[in-house]
Amino acid sequence: MTKTLPAVLAVLFGLVVIWFLAVAPMNIRVALDVADRAGETVVPVKSLDRRDTSVWVLMANNAAFVADGYNLKRPRLPTPTQVGQELWKSTGAMVLKGRTWSKRSLIFHGWVTLRSTLWGFFLGTTTGILLAVAIVYSRAAEMSLMPWAVISQAVPIVALAPMIIVLSSQIGVEGRGFPKAVISAYLCFFPVLVGMVKGLRSPTSEQLDLLKTYSSSGMQGFLKLHVPASIPYLFTSLKVGIAAALVGAIVGELPTGAISGLGARILIGDQFGTPLAIWSALFAAAILAGALVTLLDRTQAIVLRKMGMRA
Amino acid sequence: MTDAVIRATNLSLTFETNDGPVHALKDVSLDINKGEFVSFIGPSGCGKTTFLRCMADLEHPTGGEITVNGVSAEEARKARAYGYVFQHAGLYPWRTIGRNVKLPLEIMGFDKAEQTERMNRVLELVDLAGFENKFPWQLSGGMQQRASIARALAFDADILLMDEPFGALDEIVRDHLNEQLLRLWARTNKTIGFVTHSIPEAVYLSTKIVVMSPRPGRISDVIESTLPTERPLEIRDSPEFLEIAHRVREGLRAGHSYD
Repeated sequence: MTKTLPAVLAVLFGLVVIWFLAVAPMNIRVALDVADRAGETVVPVKSLDRRDTSVWVLMANNAAFVADGYNLKRPRLPTPTQVGQELWKSTGAMVLKGRTWSKRSLIFHGWVTLRSTLWGFFLGTTTGILLAVAIVYSRAAEMSLMPWAVISQAVPIVALAPMIIVLSSQIGVEGRGFPKAVISAYLCFFPVLVGMVKGLRSPTSEQLDLLKTYSSSGMQGFLKLHVPASIPYLFTSLKVGIAAALVGAIVGELPTGAISGLGARILIGDQFGTPLAIWSALFAAAILAGALVTLLDRTQAIVLRKMGMRA
Repeated sequence: MTDAVIRATNLSLTFETNDGPVHALKDVSLDINKGEFVSFIGPSGCGKTTFLRCMADLEHPTGGEITVNGVSAEEARKARAYGYVFQHAGLYPWRTIGRNVKLPLEIMGFDKAEQTERMNRVLELVDLAGFENKFPWQLSGGMQQRASIARALAFDADILLMDEPFGALDEIVRDHLNEQLLRLWARTNKTIGFVTHSIPEAVYLSTKIVVMSPRPGRISDVIESTLPTERPLEIRDSPEFLEIAHRVREGLRAGHSYD
């Protein structure tokens, strides 16, 4: 960790620098429009002419207004600082004001998304593990289930999501919690399935022969050899799975008219032209994903160390 | 000879491959008596490991008959008649040494107290007392192999089948383990089948040396050792030892003259 930290920070620093630099060309048009409306003289004077001029020329001719691009109310591309401020305004500041669960709080929306993510993760992981066991232990299951599992991932989830929501309300399920969890599980089960099939098949022939010389039962072999051998594979899959589950939950909030959740914030931000809301929701989602993966990573380290694996 | 523990009669095993049938074993007949230490030596492809695996019911002969303790190999395996030591120690990496040794005991349903008692006894036997809480990767290759021998001894089978157990170890460690193995054999009076490709190892350990040759896998010589039961390492410089080693070498060479 200490060895990789400088590299991680260097990349982060690089990204922030590129981001900062990109703000100037991305926002110059908006900045000039604002200045124009405020009665300043900009070149070219007509907004229509400006549209046909490249951003580089605009920046060169209006050097005085480039800095304005870094402080717009509705920027095309907000600066990292603006996003940071917006994030704080909608999380920490809300908590300080005692409005943690207000509809404007990203903690509230994050929680809505997190709840669906965890349900989807639970559902998807369980499905993935059960299917993997079936596939490993039954040739028929492998032939009949595996192709469908692969095909399921080829169908775009954005196309399926509205159908899942319509169908679930049709069978009388209230609210969006359940369909969102299903969409989330749909994305999450596959990496778990693939990882667990590999993990359950990982014992060597020598390890298998050993059990045979003890004349052990199939169940004993499953519990004492196949399951422990698959644990490292399981954790790798879980880390991919939880990220997929989060994406699934957000997608489940996008095209469905949801009003709460990070996905809904992104969509609403887009419709109402508030880029800062989109960006802060995006970052909240990224932070959430990072936290979930890190949590699993730590759990993995602890479990594997208990299992005697070299850390 | 009615006291044969393992008896192979005209045993054959043919693998069907894309390049035609491979005769891993052809018409192999052999008796192994109670308390014998029998080594199988030969070049790779001579079927020595296959033969051992037939005794363990890990391979299934395509012809002939093999009995272990008077019953079929399969029945013997189900009665847990033998302990098997693999080429690589094959310890489960997620189990401590102690729990690796307890694995067969758990499967065979020994109660907890007896599991611990047996584990301590066999770890003592292979000089690994005090290592029960270490994980396999924390032990050297030689220690891992000793642990796997302890695991094979834990449930008190009368037969011990060992497939090149010291093949991957260096000479000095191997000498040491050979000495230990002889002492262990003297103390436990087990019947041992031992696959090796080292002539000194075979001669030093065995009461009977079975020389095998390839294509088709078969027995080319069976040598009854004239060495005394008490065998210090120096015995390997005695004329008697060298004479047996010479005969083994001759047998191996004769087998090779076919190709």
